[in-house]
Amino acid sequence: MIDSNSHIITANKLTKTFGDFTAVDAISLDVHKGEIFGFLGANGAGKSTAMRMFCGLLSPTSGEASVAGFDVRTQSEMIKRNIGYMSQKFSLYEDLTVRENMRLYGGIYGMSSAAIKQKTAAIVEELHLQHELNSLVKTLPLGWKQKLAFSVAIFHNPPLVFLDEPTGGVDPITRREFWEMIYRAANAGTTVFVTTHYMDEAEYCNRVCIMVDGKIEAMDTPAQLRQQFHAKGMEDVFLQLARKATRSGD
Amino acid sequence: MLRFLIEKEFRQIFRDPAILRMIFIMPIIQLVVMPLAADYEVKNVNIAVVDHDHSTYSRQLTQQITASGYFKLVAMPASYTQALSYIETDEADIILDIPQHFERTLIRENEAPLHMSVNAVNGTKANIGAGYLNTIIRQFNTDIRQHWLQLPRHSQQPQILTTNTNWFNVRMSYQKFMVPGILAILLTMVGAFLTALNIVREKEIGTIEQINVTPVRKQYFILGKLIPFWVLGMVSLSLGLIIARVAYGIAPVGSLPLLYAFAAVYMMAVLGLGLLISTYAHTQQQAMLIAFFLMMIFILLGGLYTPIDSMPHWAQVITQFNPVSYFIDVMRMVVLKGSGFTDISRHLGIMAIFAVVLNVWAILNYRKRA
Repeated sequence: MIDSNSHIITANKLTKTFGDFTAVDAISLDVHKGEIFGFLGANGAGKSTAMRMFCGLLSPTSGEASVAGFDVRTQSEMIKRNIGYMSQKFSLYEDLTVRENMRLYGGIYGMSSAAIKQKTAAIVEELHLQHELNSLVKTLPLGWKQKLAFSVAIFHNPPLVFLDEPTGGVDPITRREFWEMIYRAANAGTTVFVTTHYMDEAEYCNRVCIMVDGKIEAMDTPAQLRQQFHAKGMEDVFLQLARKATRSGD
Repeated sequence: MLRFLIEKEFRQIFRDPAILRMIFIMPIIQLVVMPLAADYEVKNVNIAVVDHDHSTYSRQLTQQITASGYFKLVAMPASYTQALSYIETDEADIILDIPQHFERTLIRENEAPLHMSVNAVNGTKANIGAGYLNTIIRQFNTDIRQHWLQLPRHSQQPQILTTNTNWFNVRMSYQKFMVPGILAILLTMVGAFLTALNIVREKEIGTIEQINVTPVRKQYFILGKLIPFWVLGMVSLSLGLIIARVAYGIAPVGSLPLLYAFAAVYMMAVLGLGLLISTYAHTQQQAMLIAFFLMMIFILLGGLYTPIDSMPHWAQVITQFNPVSYFIDVMRMVVLKGSGFTDISRHLGIMAIFAVVLNVWAILNYRKRA
C-alpha cells in the first residue's frame, strides 16, 4: 500500500467491472492534502463509479487505494468517519426541515447536541438560511438544496469531501456562490474532490484529472494541461481528449 | 447515535398522513366491519319448494322450513325443471322437491323420499344450507312419528338427546372468535407492510446513499427503523383492544400484560420480516408484491378462517413456520380462554426465535457497500 503524509487519496490500478463492462479501468492517482482536485469526464466515463469506490460505497474489483490513510477494501467504515460526501442526486431527507437534517447527520457522526446547535447556527449565518431553518427541505429551491447538501457533507468537519457533480442544473449565480463555499472549505483545510461537466469550473481547481472510457487520460494543473494540449481553455483540452471516447451516455 | 435515528424516523412518520391513516384508521375499519361480515352463520338461504303433493304434511314441512328463520322461500314452482331455472338465475340456492303421494307413502310405507338440489357455486352457503335443511326434515320426521305414537307409556323408539355446552365462548359468538384473530392480522399487516416499504423507499429516493456513506452501524440503522414501528404497532394493538372492548364487549379473560408481552415479541418478528423483505427488494413495488404474497399465505394458513387441525398434513407443517398462526392462537387463548404464561410459553419461545432469526438475517443482508 502506498502511503504518504502529503497524499490524502492514493489509487493504484483501481478497477471496477460490472459483468464484462469495465467502468473504471486501472486508474492510478494521488490527491494532495488541502487541494481542490477536479475529476472531469463525459457521462459514463466512470467518474461516479471511481468516486463511489473511494467513499466505500462500492468495493473495487481489483487494484488498491487508500483514502485518509485507510484501505478502501478492508477499512471502508473507517474511511467513512473521515469523509463527507455529496451525491449527484439530492439525497437529504426532503420531509425533514433544514435544522432536522443537520441534527440527524451531526448525530450520526457522533457530535453532541450542543456542537450540532453551534454548527447549525454558523451555517445558517453563512448561507443566510435564517428564515428557512424550519422549512421542510422539499420546499427549498434547487440551488439552496445543493448548498445545504454541501454544508451537511462537511458538517462534521471531515478532512476530505467528495462532491459528485454538485452544480448540476443550477444557475450561474448559484454556481458561483457554490464555488465560493468550496473555496472557503478548502481554505479551512478541507481537501475537495469534485466531479464536474463544466469546464469553467475545472479552471477553479488546483489540479484536474480527465477520464475517458474508464481510464485517466490526463492529470495536471489546468495551466499545464492547456499548455500541453496547445489549448485556449480547459474546454478545448477536454474536447480533444473526449473525442476519442467510444462510450456515450450514462 | 441511535437516538438521532429514532427521532428522525418518528418525525417522518408523523409528517406522512398515509402512514398515520394506516395506523389509526385501518384498525378501526377492519375491526368494525370485518367481524360483522366474516360470519359463518348462514342466513337467508334462498329456497324453492316444488310441492307435487299438496298435502297437509307437505304444507307443514314447507312451513317449518320458512319458520326456521334460515330460509327464504323464493318460489313454489310447479315443476322441478322450472325450479332449476331459479338456480340457474341464482335466485335460489336450494330446491326441495316433494314428490307426489309424499304423505300417502309416508303413512303407508313408513318412509318417503324427498329430493334436495343444492347450488354448489357458493360452497359454504350450499353446505351449511343443506345441513340446516336436513336438520329441519329430521325434526319434522321425529315430530310426526311422536304424533302418531300418541305418547305411549313406553316409548318404542329410544331417544338420545344431546346437549352442548360451549366453553370459553358460551354463546358461540363468531365475533368473539373472529375479533382477536383479526386483531392479530391487523398488527401483522401494519408491521410488515410499513417496514417493508420503508427502507425500499429510502433506496428509491436515494436518501439511503447519504446514510450509507456515514459511519452509521448497520444494527443501529436497522434498530432506528425497528423501534419506531414497534411503538406504532403497540399503539395499533391498544387501539384494537379498545375497539374490541367498546364495540364487541370483548375484554381479555387472561392477563393483559401477558398479551402485550407476547405481542411485543411478535411485533419484533413481523418487523424483522418486513425489514428483511426491504433488504432484498429494489423498488417499493417489489417489496409490496413480496409482502402481499407472504401475507396471503400467512393469513390463509393462519387459522383465522379455517381451523389448522383440519388442514392436510403438509399445510399443517407450513403453519409451523407461519408466525401469524402462533399469534392468532395466543390471542384466542389469552383473550377467550384466559390462558396463562405456562400455556403460551412454547408459542413465546418460538416467536422469540422468529424475531432473532429474521432480524439478524435482515441486518446481515443489509449492505452498506455494493
